[in-house]
Amino acid sequence: MATRAARDLPTEEFILPGSRSCAACGLMLTYRHALKALDPGKTLVAVPASCMTVLHGVYPITPVKVTCINTPFAATAASASGLVAGLKAIKREDYTVVAFAGDGGTYDIGIQALSGALERGTNFMYVCYDNEGYMNTGTQRSSASPAAAVTSTTPILAKAQHKKDMIRIVEAHRIPYIATASPSFPLDLFDKVKTAKDIRGSRYLEVLAPCPPGWGFPNKDLIKMGKLTVECGIHVLYEIREGRLRLTSRSLVLAEKGRKKTIADYVKGQTRFKKISKDQIDALQQWTDQRWEEFLQRHNRG
Amino acid sequence: MADVRIITANEAAALAAKLCKVQVVAAYPITPQTPVTEDLAAMIESGELKSEYLTVESEHSAMASVVAASQVGARVFTATSANGLLYMHEMLHWAAGSRVPVVTACVNRGVGAPWTILNDQQDSIAQRDTGWIQLYCRNSQEVLDTIIQAYRIAEQVLIPVMVCYDGFILSHTSYPVEVPPQDDVDRYLPPLDGNLGIIGGGYMNVNPLILSEPRLDPNSDLRPGYMDIRYRLHEDLRKALDAIGQADKEFEAIFGRGWGGLIWEYGMVDAEHVLVSMGSLASECTLAADELRSQGLRAGVIAVRAYRPFPDAALSRALRKAKTVTVFEKDVSYGYLGALATDLRSALFDAGLTPKVCSFVAGLGGRDVRPEQLTRTAADAILKQPALGWIDLKGIA
Repeated sequence: MATRAARDLPTEEFILPGSRSCAACGLMLTYRHALKALDPGKTLVAVPASCMTVLHGVYPITPVKVTCINTPFAATAASASGLVAGLKAIKREDYTVVAFAGDGGTYDIGIQALSGALERGTNFMYVCYDNEGYMNTGTQRSSASPAAAVTSTTPILAKAQHKKDMIRIVEAHRIPYIATASPSFPLDLFDKVKTAKDIRGSRYLEVLAPCPPGWGFPNKDLIKMGKLTVECGIHVLYEIREGRLRLTSRSLVLAEKGRKKTIADYVKGQTRFKKISKDQIDALQQWTDQRWEEFLQRHNRG
Repeated sequence: MADVRIITANEAAALAAKLCKVQVVAAYPITPQTPVTEDLAAMIESGELKSEYLTVESEHSAMASVVAASQVGARVFTATSANGLLYMHEMLHWAAGSRVPVVTACVNRGVGAPWTILNDQQDSIAQRDTGWIQLYCRNSQEVLDTIIQAYRIAEQVLIPVMVCYDGFILSHTSYPVEVPPQDDVDRYLPPLDGNLGIIGGGYMNVNPLILSEPRLDPNSDLRPGYMDIRYRLHEDLRKALDAIGQADKEFEAIFGRGWGGLIWEYGMVDAEHVLVSMGSLASECTLAADELRSQGLRAGVIAVRAYRPFPDAALSRALRKAKTVTVFEKDVSYGYLGALATDLRSALFDAGLTPKVCSFVAGLGGRDVRPEQLTRTAADAILKQPALGWIDLKGIA
């Protein structure tokens, strides 16, 4: 049953005041709703060096009521595999292992360990919080950064390549559950984490987490920006179970009623796109439309 | 009747892990370690050993996963060699910093480039400063026994242990090895109660970001800073010298075999000229020592079994009457001497001992080291000027 209203979400908070994440952090909001869908007392979270490390606080204080195992950058999915194996060995399979890594830790340095863990069918959930760059180290380019974005390592010419299609790589592992989500659609996010929690095998969730300092938009616009990513179609909400893709939430509505927002609407409120040309906007629009069509076709195929 | 089998050191290592009832194995194949992982896979698939087996996609992931499994309280094992060990390097630091009792076999092999699959000890020596305990074995029996001891040590001091043995020379060569009864191993090594508090109560942020200075926790207790925690590891590693010696003594009491604890001595009662080495080369040095004695030189041998923590006091004690100390080692700290010779000189200097210390690099990349060469080189070192160098170089102008 889909959660219909925010008042139906659990009221208990697992992230207490005092988190070290930036104001209006898309990851923080994602994590807040994800923890509500998990059972934090019976969850081990594996976290690479990332914004998530910072969010979890500086020794000996943490604002998060969940056990977090910090791991080196490339090792997230391997550490999670070890936790799963260790829990099985000590007969504590009542715990859920959830990896939380950013796009750098997933698309780039962590992809090998992730692929290994997925190929082995590791019984865990992997959440990629994609903020489209190395935000923790100061907005360097990652393979998840969008084309035409200025980053601190593409400072003059902006990024020339489109974002890597990570989910297709994940899907090639034929795992039982894949979903995308957005912190601006918390009910959808909550339901997907809850669904994933109860599935055995490898589950992969990708959340596009807007980052005010990295993308260059005001803190107050976090929710608006997250909604815009979905409404313009650059981020599509769906889930894939046993190979079948189903659009969800606002993306499902857009599939029925049509998209009205454009890439031009999307890029104008973000300073990272300050150098984007008309041609680049067109190219990004075309890239977005093509992906959207693919998702639509798969959705309609059922 | 004793269960003696003609097996390789790799088979002995796998058997040792099985006798220790490891619960999680993660490994990635690399020559010459592969038979260890194959044997363990067969034991686990056949149900002979109840353990999880992670066929990971890299050595980095192998070490990452055994560290994590150890953090939730499982007894874990992995093995690797050469570039595989180098690929683990980041995780070796992480394992020691996490204070987990991981045990790893390192089947010593030279590192590329250029590629070699044959033996030297550059791989493990390059991991000297990761905070691990490193034990070097001279033969296959010692490999089996030392892995059992390694769990005892690691679980006592909460520092990971690397058991090193020479690729091919030991790993692929069959010798008689006595396999101890399971009951005796169980008596020596009780089941691990190693849950570090992660499971079953409270919330923890394990290995978080830490400041340089101490900081108050929510109960207003002052907690250490980064440097203080690193010092604790260093201090505990120094104290592990006792634990290593003790583990060997207690092993001997149950199994009737000991390996000298920190260092193994041969002919040292009246030795004036001492050959010092590690691993199988130390055993070979005994042939040279015998030959030197037949030439009228009172020679002895020391095998450094524990290289980290470094047994400086034990070595200084054993070498207090030495006139010549000749170190033969299968590694080099490029730009200076062999690593063992460097450490040994430092220990002797601190102890106020001034024997002639000679340093020889030998047998890199599988080059055969012959006893006659050891004898000749040691005799020259004893009778002529202090000597440094690489022995048996060929084909270079």
